[in-house]
Amino acid sequence: MPLKGNLRDFSTTNLLNLINLAKKTGTLIIEGPGQGAQMSFRNGKLIFAQMGHEDGNLAVLLRRTGRLTDEQVKALRARAATATDKELGLLLINAGYVNQSDIINSLRSHMLEIVYRLFTWVEGLFRFEPSIMPGDDKITVPIELENVIIEGSRRMQEWAHLAEELPNLDMALKFTDRPNANIRNMNLSVEEWKVVSYINPKNSMRAIAKATALSDLEIRRVVYGLLQAGLVEIVRPEGAPAPRATVPVRPGGRPAPAPDPKQQMSVVNKLIARIRSL
Amino acid sequence: MQAVKMVVTGPFNSGKTQFIQSVSEIDVVSTERKISSDAEKVKESTTVAMDFGRITVDEELILYLFGTPGQKRFDFMWEILSEGMLGFVVMVDSTRPETFREAKSILETFRAYAPTPYVVAANKQDHPEAWELDDLRIALRLDPAIKLLPCVATDREKVKGVLLELLYSILAEMEKQ
Repeated sequence: MPLKGNLRDFSTTNLLNLINLAKKTGTLIIEGPGQGAQMSFRNGKLIFAQMGHEDGNLAVLLRRTGRLTDEQVKALRARAATATDKELGLLLINAGYVNQSDIINSLRSHMLEIVYRLFTWVEGLFRFEPSIMPGDDKITVPIELENVIIEGSRRMQEWAHLAEELPNLDMALKFTDRPNANIRNMNLSVEEWKVVSYINPKNSMRAIAKATALSDLEIRRVVYGLLQAGLVEIVRPEGAPAPRATVPVRPGGRPAPAPDPKQQMSVVNKLIARIRSL
Repeated sequence: MQAVKMVVTGPFNSGKTQFIQSVSEIDVVSTERKISSDAEKVKESTTVAMDFGRITVDEELILYLFGTPGQKRFDFMWEILSEGMLGFVVMVDSTRPETFREAKSILETFRAYAPTPYVVAANKQDHPEAWELDDLRIALRLDPAIKLLPCVATDREKVKGVLLELLYSILAEMEKQ
């Protein structure tokens, strides 16, 4: 029977918790707005993840983590274009470019990056397919879900905070007019520098995120830091309050009068007999 | 004449009315109808309160089954209905995960009203879209000790099974005291 629904009602945290506790094997397919993702599990452990049509080729992942250079990736693509990830991995190990740990760590980082992005999805149809597993050509890396869930939840809290601070990514940024702010003397990360280079009232934060390949969480994190440092300003749309989670109101309860067990046991036995006879 | 009652609760459209209808000896006095027009909305807003079924045990004893209104706006009725109940059934539509959170919230609310035994009925288990019981238990965060029972509200035998399990729990609770 299918495990399916919408992340709006059953979040990524809930899903991973369920898969972990039930030690499920199969593939979770999520169709988010404008993008899809899938994660495969074996006995409740994450073993593979793929985000939409993003290039999850092993060579690309190794380049991203600095294990291969652009030239090496180009050469590999030219010479081993049809090689599977497993074949490519063996080729690279035998050639002495990387070792097994490099490959596993790169794949692990890639999978975790995808999963943590999924934690920030609040909308998307999902279904769990027990019969679908990654192809034999893929390298799978088992990852325990407990720590992933904890870290994902922490990021969710951060995401919620940042989403409240920066509710609308369609707004633009501009540098403040502070005469004493000298950005060249500030200690910015690579990501922050990338964002800074795109700051212009014409560029929305969403556009900057796209240009710098940052997720919604990452662009919010960078912009929040820049805002806190007083380097940039943001104009909130008029009359658009920051979204706030609604807190369910629970009516206060009061205990019902305590029943008299002795008196009611025979009543219950009568009820049982009656219902059996229906 | 003694009257006892059990409450059937759960989110809107989880199958409470049908559940009661399947075992009630009278036509269920249902006040939770589909609202199809503005005129009806106005009319029903003054009358919607609960579903009501009856099982006569003998000349001395009657069991009333009360179905709570599922809509949140009528939750003021829940506390009234919960007073003096022997136990309660929480109905969950196994095919609608969007209602699980609400079902859990309703369950906790009723537990706060009265610490009486209860069972959770996973309705529509005959439906191909139904979640499995093990998955439902995790989704609803139910303690292993809580009975989570497969149910098809249109199937009288299944409904009887749920009610009997609740009564067994009530009996076990009484025997402990």
